[in-house]
Amino acid sequence: MKRTLYIGAVAAGMMTAGVAVAGTLEDVQAKGHVQCGVSTGLVGFAAADADGNWHGFDVAVCRAVAAAVIGDSQAVKFTPTTGKTRFTALSSGEIDMLARNTTWTYSRDVDLKLTFVGINYYDGQGFMVPAGLGVGSATDLDGATVCIQTGTTTELNLADFFRSNNISYEPVPIETNAEAQQQYLAGACDVYTTDRSGLAATRASFENPADHVILPEIISKEPLGPLVRHGDDHWADAVRWVLNALISAEELGITSGNLAEMAAGTNNPEINRLMGTEGDLGGMLGLDKEWAQRAIAAGGNYGEIFEAHIGESTAIGLARGLNAQWSDGGLIYSPPFR
Amino acid sequence: MAMTSEMTGDRFRLSMLIYDTRYRSQTIQVVAMIGFMLLAAWLITNTVQNLSALGKPIDFSFLGEPASYDINQRLLEYTSRDTHLRASVLGLINTLLVAAMGCVTATIVGGMVGILRLSRNWLISRLMAIYVEGFRNVPVLLWIILVMALMIESLPAPRAFRGENATASLQVFDSVAITNRGVYIPEPLFSRGLGDVSVFGAFSISLDLIVFLAVLGAGIWAAAWVRKRADRIQDSTGVRPVTWWQRIGLIVIPPVIVLTALGFQLGLPALKGFNFAGGIYMRNSLIALWLALSLYTAAFIAETVRGGILAISKGQTEAAAALGLRPRRIMGLVILPQALRVIIPPLISQYLNLTKNSSLAIAVGYMDITGTLGGITMNQTGRELECILLLMLCYLALSLGISAVLNWYNERVKLKER
Repeated sequence: MKRTLYIGAVAAGMMTAGVAVAGTLEDVQAKGHVQCGVSTGLVGFAAADADGNWHGFDVAVCRAVAAAVIGDSQAVKFTPTTGKTRFTALSSGEIDMLARNTTWTYSRDVDLKLTFVGINYYDGQGFMVPAGLGVGSATDLDGATVCIQTGTTTELNLADFFRSNNISYEPVPIETNAEAQQQYLAGACDVYTTDRSGLAATRASFENPADHVILPEIISKEPLGPLVRHGDDHWADAVRWVLNALISAEELGITSGNLAEMAAGTNNPEINRLMGTEGDLGGMLGLDKEWAQRAIAAGGNYGEIFEAHIGESTAIGLARGLNAQWSDGGLIYSPPFR
Repeated sequence: MAMTSEMTGDRFRLSMLIYDTRYRSQTIQVVAMIGFMLLAAWLITNTVQNLSALGKPIDFSFLGEPASYDINQRLLEYTSRDTHLRASVLGLINTLLVAAMGCVTATIVGGMVGILRLSRNWLISRLMAIYVEGFRNVPVLLWIILVMALMIESLPAPRAFRGENATASLQVFDSVAITNRGVYIPEPLFSRGLGDVSVFGAFSISLDLIVFLAVLGAGIWAAAWVRKRADRIQDSTGVRPVTWWQRIGLIVIPPVIVLTALGFQLGLPALKGFNFAGGIYMRNSLIALWLALSLYTAAFIAETVRGGILAISKGQTEAAAALGLRPRRIMGLVILPQALRVIIPPLISQYLNLTKNSSLAIAVGYMDITGTLGGITMNQTGRELECILLLMLCYLALSLGISAVLNWYNERVKLKER
């Protein structure tokens, strides 16, 4: 009898584990924090400081989501993921969302059953070499040893690039950015390749950044963005519109500085809708009216987040380029809040 | 249970399945077995159902798709346009390579350390004890990473060999390049080579190698025959003919003739562009993995060997000494043959451990089967369950294969009790 009870309990436990897919939004609000997958450490995008606090461009998205749905931008628990573990972590429910400079591709979206909620950085794959090598173009890299992070789109782009240019190379697959950096600096590989934003971030952490050059070639399109699991549109909507709120805020001139002023009510109905003083956009999402205000207050609008973590004033020094607002000639564009 | 018919007086009743000690244990076993199978069936159907609910039914067709990634260490031809299946096979071959190299090295090092630890020389036995305890008690992953880090940080990069005032130079008569990317050793080249033969169109084997191995094998076989003949003559006449020069000649001369006929020469590594070209390139990932796995497993093998030797009673040594054998011959002729019977069964599990530990290869970027099938392929296709199942199947087959071979050997050397 005891045994049957035991087996029954085990079976019941497994059954519930198998079918427990209530709304992620409700789950997140119930447990009081967002479990966010980030990279294992890429300065500017997601890196923990000496006190264990995470900072960065991707981290800011997680914090904005937490601020919007829970009301506290610190209510985020971070799970460092490698290129290999990130999708399994997301699919298995270990994390609620993934913000880890992940490229939006067809097969990840369709075959891996992931939902990319938007693009927060338009990137492309590039190469970094020591300036002393005297290499001016990626097509000069015949026979070079190339360090790559394994489990990413980079290794596929790399194979295609060298193949189509009919030159050879020696790939060195590496698990994390830190190991790649060590091998590259020791000269165990000639070239390090990843997204150009990642290269800039890695170079910024070097002792002598000026000794390394990023080659002009961009060999791929890498639209990076946060993503969630397939099958929970409600949660996907929440994350998507938090990101859009940050982007729209920049477009509409809402900053963390003038937030209170804007929230008091303006002549622009779109600002009023976003701030919750007009209509009930928050209610449609299952949130309160001030959700977007809190998201913007967490780290500022999209432009402020960019400047604070990876912009030209930081050590990483990335220009806005493609990532400027559409009104400034860039590709960053949010659907209207209406 | 078709036992309702009347048997010897005692009528069978269903309740006897529980209350009769003759049947009770069978009843329990049958019930437990049914329960276990139900649980397994439920787990499997649940997994399959959940996967198809997710829209990812189990499907192995991805193995036929192009892999699209490159593999650095290729023992067979491979390009990024080949299939995932072929990439997995290459990974499996890399696993086999490092496992075979590791097992051989670990056996040699472990055997020597095990014997030396029993040495009466205090310094040697203490040093061996330190080695054994040091390697045995630190996880092998740390040893792998340590060896790799030492190689990367302490050896010169290829560009240090370049230029007028190069800071590094080739070793061993300018034929071996030791760099932090790996070691380049001379390779055999044949100016009048026979070319390659294609095996089922899947891969090709160098005919030169086949011819060389065939001739060498024939030479060794002939030398063994000469030795047996000498044994026979000694048995019948009491005088052993001197055959060492015949045997060496039979082994050495035919391969030398073959090599000369094929135009044998050594291809030396030379700096070309970013790297050395020519020569056999042993990547630092292979060396790090090989060294760390061998030294780690050798520590365990040393203890097995020491245990095996200690298991042989001291009387054997004393008896052999009384017959006038010298210590080295006592070890070789009396102790080790008996100790092998104790050593081999645990040795099998050490070989299995080494093979399975080789799956830590990705820590240093060695593309074994865990790195290809269980790494990049799994990542790019998103077929986690299929890849892991295949991976488990591969390791299972590999381990069972190793066990089968060694068990066969064990049958041969174990004590024949009559």
